[in-house]
Amino acid sequence: MRSSVYRSGFRWAFLTVLLLALPLGAWADWGALNMTKGVTEISNEVYTLHMRIFYICCAIGAAVFGVMIVSMFLHRKSRGAKPATFHESTSVEIVWTVVPLVILIVMAIPAARVLIKMEDFSDSEMSIKVTGYQWRWHYEYMESGVSFYSQLDAEHNKARQQGADVDLAETFIGTDFNGEEEVYLRQVDNELVVPVGKKIRFLHTAADVIHSWWVQDLAIKKDAIPGFINENWARIEEPGIYRGKCAELCGRDHGFMPVVVRAVPQEEFDAWVADKQQAMAQADTESGRQWSHQELVATGKEVYQANCMSCHQAEGQGIPGMFPAISGSDIATGSIDKHINTVMEGIEGTLMSPFGSVLSDADIAAVITYQRNALGNAMGDTLQPAHIGSLRKDIDIKAPSSVASAVNTIETEGVN
Amino acid sequence: MSSNDVTHHAADDHDHHHDHDEHGPAPGLMRWVTTTNHKDIGTLYLWFSLVMFFIGGAMALVIRAELFQPGIQIVDPMFFNSMTTMHAIVMIFGVVMPAFVGLANWMIPMMIGAPDMALPRLNNWSFWIMPFAFTIMLSTLFMDSGGPAGGWTLYPPLVLQMGDSFAYVIFAIHFLGISSVMGSINIVATIFNMRAPGMTFMKMPMFVWTWLITAYLLIATIPVFAGAVTMLLTDRFFGTSFFSAAGGGDPVMFQHIFWFFGHPEVYILILPAFGIVSSIIPTFARKPLFGYDSMVYATASIAFLSFIVWAHHMFTTGMPLAGELFFMFSTMLISVPTGVKVFNWVATMWRGSMTFETPMLFAIGFVIMFTVGGLSGLMLAITPADIQYHDTYFVVAHFHYVLVPGAIYSLMAATYYWMPKWTGNMYDEKLGKLHFWISTVFVNVLFFPMHFVGLAGMPRRIPDYSLQFADWNMIATIGAFGFGFSQLMFVYIIVKCVRGGEKATAEVWEGARGLEWTVASPAPYHTFETAPAIDAATVTR
Repeated sequence: MRSSVYRSGFRWAFLTVLLLALPLGAWADWGALNMTKGVTEISNEVYTLHMRIFYICCAIGAAVFGVMIVSMFLHRKSRGAKPATFHESTSVEIVWTVVPLVILIVMAIPAARVLIKMEDFSDSEMSIKVTGYQWRWHYEYMESGVSFYSQLDAEHNKARQQGADVDLAETFIGTDFNGEEEVYLRQVDNELVVPVGKKIRFLHTAADVIHSWWVQDLAIKKDAIPGFINENWARIEEPGIYRGKCAELCGRDHGFMPVVVRAVPQEEFDAWVADKQQAMAQADTESGRQWSHQELVATGKEVYQANCMSCHQAEGQGIPGMFPAISGSDIATGSIDKHINTVMEGIEGTLMSPFGSVLSDADIAAVITYQRNALGNAMGDTLQPAHIGSLRKDIDIKAPSSVASAVNTIETEGVN
Repeated sequence: MSSNDVTHHAADDHDHHHDHDEHGPAPGLMRWVTTTNHKDIGTLYLWFSLVMFFIGGAMALVIRAELFQPGIQIVDPMFFNSMTTMHAIVMIFGVVMPAFVGLANWMIPMMIGAPDMALPRLNNWSFWIMPFAFTIMLSTLFMDSGGPAGGWTLYPPLVLQMGDSFAYVIFAIHFLGISSVMGSINIVATIFNMRAPGMTFMKMPMFVWTWLITAYLLIATIPVFAGAVTMLLTDRFFGTSFFSAAGGGDPVMFQHIFWFFGHPEVYILILPAFGIVSSIIPTFARKPLFGYDSMVYATASIAFLSFIVWAHHMFTTGMPLAGELFFMFSTMLISVPTGVKVFNWVATMWRGSMTFETPMLFAIGFVIMFTVGGLSGLMLAITPADIQYHDTYFVVAHFHYVLVPGAIYSLMAATYYWMPKWTGNMYDEKLGKLHFWISTVFVNVLFFPMHFVGLAGMPRRIPDYSLQFADWNMIATIGAFGFGFSQLMFVYIIVKCVRGGEKATAEVWEGARGLEWTVASPAPYHTFETAPAIDAATVTR
C-alpha cells in the first residue's frame, strides 16, 4: 500500500511540473518576466543588484532543496532507513550561522553604495515639482514656470469603464522608441517632457492623499505626501518614452493615473518649453472671451469625461449608494450658484474634491453648462468663463497656472 | 517510548474522566456558549477560522475574477478596493490568528501537562468577542458607503475618506485587539504557571515555545495598533491632526506606528507555524528535532529583530539615508535566525526514517515554499532594489508565499496531525494526500506568476492593468479558482473524520513523542487533572 502511495506521489509531482511548464511554453512573453535595466546609471546599478541577490537566492535555494530532496529519497522508511539519533552539532550550527552572515555582508556593501548614490541630490541642473491629485499628476517646471496637469488619456478612460466594449489590444497600440507597443492605461493627455543628459531633481508632494510617482526605467519611486516634499533625481541617458504609474493606493482610480516621461534632446526641449509658454498665455485670453452655448457644451463633455465620469458615470447616472447621479440631481437642476460652489470647492468629508484649483475658468464654465444641459438635464442656461474669473476674487480659489487638459488640447489643435 | 507508559497514562486519565462525570460538557448549544473548557474553546476557534477562511477566500476570488483579463468586467473599482482590504483583514485577523489561538488552546495544556488554561473564563470571553467583532466588520460591506477600501494598512489621509463604515471598522479592530491580548495573556499565564512538575522551559515542545514568544509579541504590539487607530478616530471625529500636515501632524507617522505593530504581526502569523512544523517533522522522520536550543534562541532573535525592522515597509516614504541603511541591515540580519530554522528542519530530516503521511507532506511543503517566500524577502531587503519592488505584485507574491503555503499550510499540517487526537478517528489518508497535491499545484500556479508581473512593473491593488500583464494574470486566476475550490476537499475530509473512521490509537503516529500522545484518542474532556510524570519518553527533545 505504501509503495502505491509513493507512486501516486511522484505522479502528482510530475503533473505539477508539467502543468507549470505548459503555460510557460505556450504564453510566456519572456521580456515581461524580469525587471527592466532602465535608462539611467542608477537603474542599471539597481538591476545589477537585483540580479546578484537573485542568483544568491537561487544558489541558497538549490543547496537547501537539493539536500532535502536527496534526504527524502535516501532516508525513507520504505527503503529501510534506520533513524540516526544525533540532534545537535555545535560546529555545524556555527558554520550555518557564519556563512549566511558572510554572504549578507558581501551583499550589503554594494547595496549601501548604490543607496548612497541614489540619495545624493546635489548639483541638480533643473527641478520639476510633481504633485499627486486624485487621480492625476501636476507638473511644474521650477525654472521656466511651465506647468500643467497630466492624466489618463480620454480614450483609455472611456475604454476602462465597466461595460465598455472595446478591443483593448486592437485599439491601444502606441509607438515607443522600440517601435510599437501596447499602451492600454499607459497613455496620458500631457506628457512630462524632459531633456536628456541633465540631472533632474524631482520634488514630490500631494494635494489630497498619499500617491507614489514611479517610473521603472528610471528606477525612481517616491511617495507624494500631502504637506511634505520628497526629493528624487534622475539623469536620463537616452531619448525615449518612459512609462510609469502611481504605486501607492490612492482611492478608487488608483490604477488609472499613469506617468509618461518623454526624454528629448536639449534643443527639442527648449522649443517645447517655448511652445508651452505661448499656449499658456493664449489660454489666459481664452478665459476672458465670450463663449457660445454649443462651444461650452462640447468642451464641457470633454472635461466631464476626463474628470467626472469615473465616479458619476458616462450617462450621469452615478452609482447608487456610492456616487450621486448628475441626471436630475438637486445640484445640477437647482441654483447655479450652488452648482458652481460644489464644483469649485467640493463637498467636505466626501470623495467630491474641489476642482477650483484644478480646472481653468473655461473648463469649469464648460463642464457646469454641460451638466445642466446634457445627461438628461435641460436647464437651458449658459455659464461664461468670465463669471468664474470674477468669482475667484471673492472665494479666493486661484486658477491653476495653466489650463487643464481639454481646453488645452483643443486650443493647440486649433492653432496648428 | 514504551507502550506500557502509554497505557498507563491513558488509563489514568480514563479513571479521572469517570470520577468527574459531572464536569462533562453541558448538553446542547449552551455547551458552546458557556464553555470554559480549553478543548471546546479550541474547537470553536478552529471552526470559526475555517468559516472565515472561506469568506476571505471568496473575496480573493472576486479579486482574481476581476483580474482575469484587462478591462473592468465585474466589479466597480471601489468595491474591488474593499475586497482587497477586507480579504487581508479577514485572512489575518479572522483566519490565521484565531486558528493559531485555537491550536494553542487545544494543544498547549496537553503539551505541558496542564488540566486547562490558566484563565478559563477569560478564555471563553476572548473567543466570543470575535464573532461579534467580525459581524460588525463584515456588515460594513452592506452599508451605503461600502466597506473600508483604503487597504488593510489603513493609511491616512486615504482612510479618512471612508464613509460611515469608518467608525465601525475601528470599533471592530479594537475588539479584535482586546480578544487577541486577552488570549495572549492567558497563554503566557498558562505556560508560566501550569506546567507539570519537571516540565522545565528547555523541555517544552517547540510549539509551546513559539507561542510563548508570539504571545509577548501580541501583548507588546496590539496596544500600539489600538493607539494608532484611535488617533485616526480622533482625527476624523474630534478635530485632532495627528496625521494631517495642515494641523502640524504627519501622515507618515501613522505608517511608522502601524508598522511597529505590523512587522511583529508578520511574525505573529508565522512563529506558531514554525512550532507546528518543528513538531511534525521529527515525528515523521522518527528522529529528534535537530538543534532544539538553537531553535529556541533563533525564535527569540527573530522576535527581537522584528521590532527594529519596521521601516523596511516604508523605503519610498523619503526617510533619511541613515534610516534607510539601518533598516536595510537589520532586515537582512533576520535571514540569519530564519535560515538557522530551515537548516535545522533539513538536518532533522537528514538520516531519519521518513514516511510521508499528509501532515508530513504539508510540513515539507511549508519548508520549501516558505523558504521561497523567505528568499524573495531577502531580495526585498536590498533597499535600492526594493525601490523597484515596492508596492508591486512581487511583494504580493512574497507575502502570499509566506502566508499561504507558509502559515496556511502549517495550519493544514496541524489539522491533519492532531485531528485523530481531537476526534479519535483517522482522517482519510488518500483524500488528505490528494488535497495536498492539488493544493500545491494550484497554489504555485496562483502565486508564482505574480513574481513575474511584479518585476515587469504591475503595481498591487489595481483593478485593471495594461496588456503586457494579461497572460500571467489569467494563469494566476486559474490557479486561484483551483486552489479555492480544492479547499472544499479539506472541509469534506474534516467532516468525514469528525463523523467516523478508523479508530485512532493513543499514540496515533509511530514516531510521535510528547505528552499529548499519552492520553487516549479522542482526548478525554478533562486531561491531566493530576500532573503527569515528565521523563525522557514524554518530552519531545
